[in-house]
Amino acid sequence: MLGRHAVLVEILTAIGLIVAPFTLGRLGLAPGTANQILIWGLFGVGFDLLFGYTGLLSFGQSAFYGTGGFVAAYLLTRVGMSNVLLALVIGMIAAAIAGYGVGLIALRRTGIYFAMITVAIAEMFFFLENSPLSAWTGGENGLPGVPTPRFDLFGFHYQVGPDWSMYGFLAICYFIGIVIALRIVRSPVGAILSAIRENPLRAAAVGHNVHGYKLTAFVIAAAYAGVAGGLLGVLQAFMPPEAFTFDTSGQLIIQTVIGGTGTLFGPLVGAAVWLSLRDFLQQSLNLGAAWKLVLGVIFVLLVCFLRRGLIGGLRDAIGWLMARRDAPAGETDKPVPAAAVVATVGPSRRKDETPFSGPVLEARGVTKSFGGLVANRDIQFSVKQGELRGVIGPNGAGKSTFFKMLTGELPPSSGQIMFHGRDITGLDIASVCQLGLTKSYQVNQLFNRLTVRANVVIAALAERRGRFSLDFLRRIDRVPGLDAQVEGTLALVGLAARADVPVSELAYGEKRRLEIGLALASSPSLLLLDEPLAGMSPRERAETVTLLKNIRRGRTLVVVDHDMDAIFELAERITVLHEGAVLAEGTPAEIQRNKFVQEAYLGGVAA
Amino acid sequence: MVTWPNFFSQLFNGLALGALLALISSGLTIIYGTLGVLNLAHGAMFMLGGYAGYVAYEATGSFTIAVVAGSVFLVVVGVLMERVIIRYFYSRPAEDQILVTFGIGICLVEAIRLFFGSLSKTVSPPDWAAGITSLGFMFYPTYRLAVVGIIAVALVALFLVLFRTRIGLIVRAGIEDSAMVDALGIDVDRVFMIVFGIGAMAAGFAGIVNAPVVSLTPDMGDAILVETFVVVVIGGVGSFTGAILGGLISGEILSLTSMVDPAYSGVMLFAVMTLVLMLRPQGLLGTRGRT
Repeated sequence: MLGRHAVLVEILTAIGLIVAPFTLGRLGLAPGTANQILIWGLFGVGFDLLFGYTGLLSFGQSAFYGTGGFVAAYLLTRVGMSNVLLALVIGMIAAAIAGYGVGLIALRRTGIYFAMITVAIAEMFFFLENSPLSAWTGGENGLPGVPTPRFDLFGFHYQVGPDWSMYGFLAICYFIGIVIALRIVRSPVGAILSAIRENPLRAAAVGHNVHGYKLTAFVIAAAYAGVAGGLLGVLQAFMPPEAFTFDTSGQLIIQTVIGGTGTLFGPLVGAAVWLSLRDFLQQSLNLGAAWKLVLGVIFVLLVCFLRRGLIGGLRDAIGWLMARRDAPAGETDKPVPAAAVVATVGPSRRKDETPFSGPVLEARGVTKSFGGLVANRDIQFSVKQGELRGVIGPNGAGKSTFFKMLTGELPPSSGQIMFHGRDITGLDIASVCQLGLTKSYQVNQLFNRLTVRANVVIAALAERRGRFSLDFLRRIDRVPGLDAQVEGTLALVGLAARADVPVSELAYGEKRRLEIGLALASSPSLLLLDEPLAGMSPRERAETVTLLKNIRRGRTLVVVDHDMDAIFELAERITVLHEGAVLAEGTPAEIQRNKFVQEAYLGGVAA
Repeated sequence: MVTWPNFFSQLFNGLALGALLALISSGLTIIYGTLGVLNLAHGAMFMLGGYAGYVAYEATGSFTIAVVAGSVFLVVVGVLMERVIIRYFYSRPAEDQILVTFGIGICLVEAIRLFFGSLSKTVSPPDWAAGITSLGFMFYPTYRLAVVGIIAVALVALFLVLFRTRIGLIVRAGIEDSAMVDALGIDVDRVFMIVFGIGAMAAGFAGIVNAPVVSLTPDMGDAILVETFVVVVIGGVGSFTGAILGGLISGEILSLTSMVDPAYSGVMLFAVMTLVLMLRPQGLLGTRGRT
């Protein structure tokens, strides 16, 4: 998908930026407006990475816009630095550092808390600029006298002037910004950011350091804001304190939503709409102060009816037209039965697994209590290399809680969990997955708006790149071994033919198989399966049982399910949980004969 | 220079401001707690309350009528907003809800600007509360003392509604688990509408009562909204008592710091918020688990 269009977007952007003054300029676009649009557009590229791609709605971007702007303007006006580009870069770094600090605090919470905290922190930056730091920032007066850049290259001198000359400079800055952003979006980091937006829990469960990547997105967005703020000072020859206000963050959000989130170009389009409508309403229609009300109403209507903005709406419309044209072709995608495929997933990247003769997984006296309720009591549990263990127990026996503790989703109240002889008690879910222990969920945890392949890619990336890696300028298709791993997993779970379908369009049985595929793609040496057969039709069930038989080659599996026939057919040993404790353990035959099990679990009728 | 009369006067200012923030924040927090919607138009509703009071006061000359009329007006605005727009957003992501209330807030502010202009308006305090009162050790504006009393009464009334009535019981149950309340056969839809109305009224009432102390401008809600956020982050989102505690703490921080150096009052407030987030991310009286 990327290969063919990779450079096309960049080329079209360059052409658009070059052509704009000659076309739109002739049509009445004032250079001043065009320049403001570019700055808002650049500011918004970073914000779109944060909100549109990562799903973090920050109301505090003004803090970094102002920080970058004032640091650059201070260097240029008060310190006497003559190199404008250097000042802009230092401003950007300052904004990124501020973003790192703010991110550490704000990212402690998600959703509305995150939005509120960013608002509050941005307001604090405004206060700081306005009074305590006014000796440096000029307080309410701002910093006047910011110079324009001057280039001296090989005896050729060029001083950037106002209007279209400034446009040239800003357009180059915007172009560099968009090229970098496109690379980020197409990098492994970009894929993980969208995964975090779709399902942060699963992104962590397949082995990514979600907090680290969120912080990365936050810092990148702050850096973009910092450069844009610096350019604002350069454009106006004056750094205004208004850059720090809530209105700045608000306008950025509005413009991004109008243009379309998750598009990178949305903020530019939104700024163009906002600023030209402002000019039009104020000057041509003489609306005076009412222009902002009109735009406010437009914004509310867009959020209500066209949440994906102008670009998103256009895309949907084109997609709909294309689909109508292609409709008759409609070949039915018959899912390949998993049984037909005998595929292998490449060997694990992990080479540090020293041969360990003891049990692969061992729980020693694991207990979990929620307040007064004891969900798991003193569980002793041990699984050998290559074993397929079944875990059964009535509803409420504590099976899911036990699994959650094994994978690091919940910390045990007491006890110890050993994996390959290593104590993993208290490790977080991403680290446990990185060690080679993961699970598939009882209720599907997928990245719903992404394609099947993208889902598997995200899980495989964790295995290929580790918990956290900052390769945001590397193309995702250059990650060694990724392709083989993804194709292998897709074939194994029988979804190769459905690879480019969005998850939301899959049938239930297919989603269940993808759920297992996500766990498999991280090449676990021990895989826990939480009710893999739940809610399946008889045919889907048969397919999945075959799939389980296939994937157990070379792996250790622990399966929880209520499907007795399947468990007794598959498992070599079975552990029975009852009221939070281990009731019995043994071969299927032993379990079937066990009196306690019959009484507690099968209701004594089997006797 | 910090003197004792100065200190006490600021302590009282802090109490008045804190009570005001507590009332506005409790409106925000019960809306969020029950409906799950963060209302970014809450600051605009505070502002709208002030203007509604101003119009009613200009028309009748009675402060009491202004307070009643303004409150009723805000209930109507809140209910309309919930019925026409907000209720279609319950099933949408939190970000969409934030965006739409943010947009509505802008529309309200700009509509007021259109009708009343950007110049500030003033409302005079009622005759019985004009002038200053001697507290023995210092003199203090009578109306500011009255504000503390009026808002305390309003908070008690809100408390009684929430904790002593059937609808309050449903609201509190809805905060815990609105799907379950729905399953029990209670018309959650209607409760949501009422709660939004009450929340809007709390902000509007605060706006009117506060009007004689400040001058009204269309933008006055922005700063209050931000302070309200700090209050609920400190107190714990969704907690009524947390909103009151957070409000009083914030009011005193703002007031007492500005006695030493006004430049740092805002900064100090946010420093305390950051501290709370570090030590107790769910807020002082918030419960863990709600994000």
